[in-house]
Amino acid sequence: MKKEINFILNGEKVNLEVAPGEILLEVLRDKLGVKSPKCGCNKGDCGTCTVMLNGKTVRSCLVLAIEVNDQEVVTLEGIMHSGLTPLQESFLKHNSFQCGFCAPGMILSATELLGKNPKPEKREIQEAIAGNLCRCTGYSPVIDAIIDLTN
Amino acid sequence: MSENQFDYVKPKFLNEALDIISKSVNPFILAGGTDLIDMIKEGIVQPDMVVDLKGIEQFNQITFKNDILTIGAGVTFSQLIVSKVIKDNFPIIAELSRTVASVGIRNRATMIGNICSAVPCMDSGPLLTSYEAMIILAGPKGERKVSAENWFINSRKTAIEKGEIVTGISIPYPGKHAGCFVKLGRYEGEDLAQVNLVILALSDGNFRVSFGSVAPVPVRAKKIENLINGKTISHTLIEDAFNIIEEEIKPITDIRASKEYRMHMAKIMFERGLNAALSRLNGAGPEYGISVI
Repeated sequence: MKKEINFILNGEKVNLEVAPGEILLEVLRDKLGVKSPKCGCNKGDCGTCTVMLNGKTVRSCLVLAIEVNDQEVVTLEGIMHSGLTPLQESFLKHNSFQCGFCAPGMILSATELLGKNPKPEKREIQEAIAGNLCRCTGYSPVIDAIIDLTN
Repeated sequence: MSENQFDYVKPKFLNEALDIISKSVNPFILAGGTDLIDMIKEGIVQPDMVVDLKGIEQFNQITFKNDILTIGAGVTFSQLIVSKVIKDNFPIIAELSRTVASVGIRNRATMIGNICSAVPCMDSGPLLTSYEAMIILAGPKGERKVSAENWFINSRKTAIEKGEIVTGISIPYPGKHAGCFVKLGRYEGEDLAQVNLVILALSDGNFRVSFGSVAPVPVRAKKIENLINGKTISHTLIEDAFNIIEEEIKPITDIRASKEYRMHMAKIMFERGLNAALSRLNGAGPEYGISVI
């Protein structure tokens, strides 16, 4: 039942065999060693498994690996090829994360927002990260870091 | 790792998709996957075949021709939010789409998937009954259309028949109009609705009112429409409408809210939504996307 898939992962071609029932998050972490997407709720609510599929954030726990055949996937590792991005620097400056479990998803969601809208209002920032749950520091330092970057 | 054993195909043409599902024992259609993949993982459904519609180009389109808006089966809520034709002619659809879950879900989830899952708290239900939309199906016997009112049969049960695929939704333009989508969640940000409501104010003085999450299927509140159609909206008229709301909807108590709270809030949402829809019709009122509760 296994099928061959080819896709671009963080700028590089990937080729592997998957069963149709395999979930993208599990394939990324367990077969390809890409560990930034995390398994939190495993049902699309918490946002820790966020990756970009063709430039848009998706929940990799709700994507079949076979669906990304011929598509492009970018994880946090893929946006920081040349070191921390300005957004990540801003998160560091504002001490935005404590345990860091939500950070990869939060950073990708904020990256998607800023790509579409470089000067978002606070309300738009809140909306953009509404699907990324943080249980430690709260959301204020995350929002502050994004606002700081847009000023 | 998931133990689910099923085959997967991504056809390029509708006929191919119909052919595959006719030959499968328990086929499931995959669009955004935000419901289906969760249900597969939970073991709620056990498909032998998953047919991914995302390879069928025509399903990815939003068109507006001869006063009919057509939303294809692959169109995501994110697409509905940024569509110019929707912003210009059906801004309530964008207002609603912005409240569905979160960005990462909206980038995949489709309106057609929403009405095929047909859970009572879906946001698209009251929208489609208020707009008198038609659900377009393709099947072994050809194409057929079902009105939104007849589409929803019970919680998670629709009028789809074996071997059929929903290809899209068509929404007739009701002339110059305004409206309001009101959604009650437990908090701001992503949540399922406790009550949701779509009110359309048409330029001929008539209204269309539909509630969601307060019965197994969306409720088109025609008694309320008959009461307020063509009338000047006064406090007394709204009080009368409140009494009818008690007859029209049957909310239940569940994990998200009690039936009493739902009933109480449905009235407040109706009053505020009606006022917002009317003001918007007159070029004033809150901008689309600003919650009135």
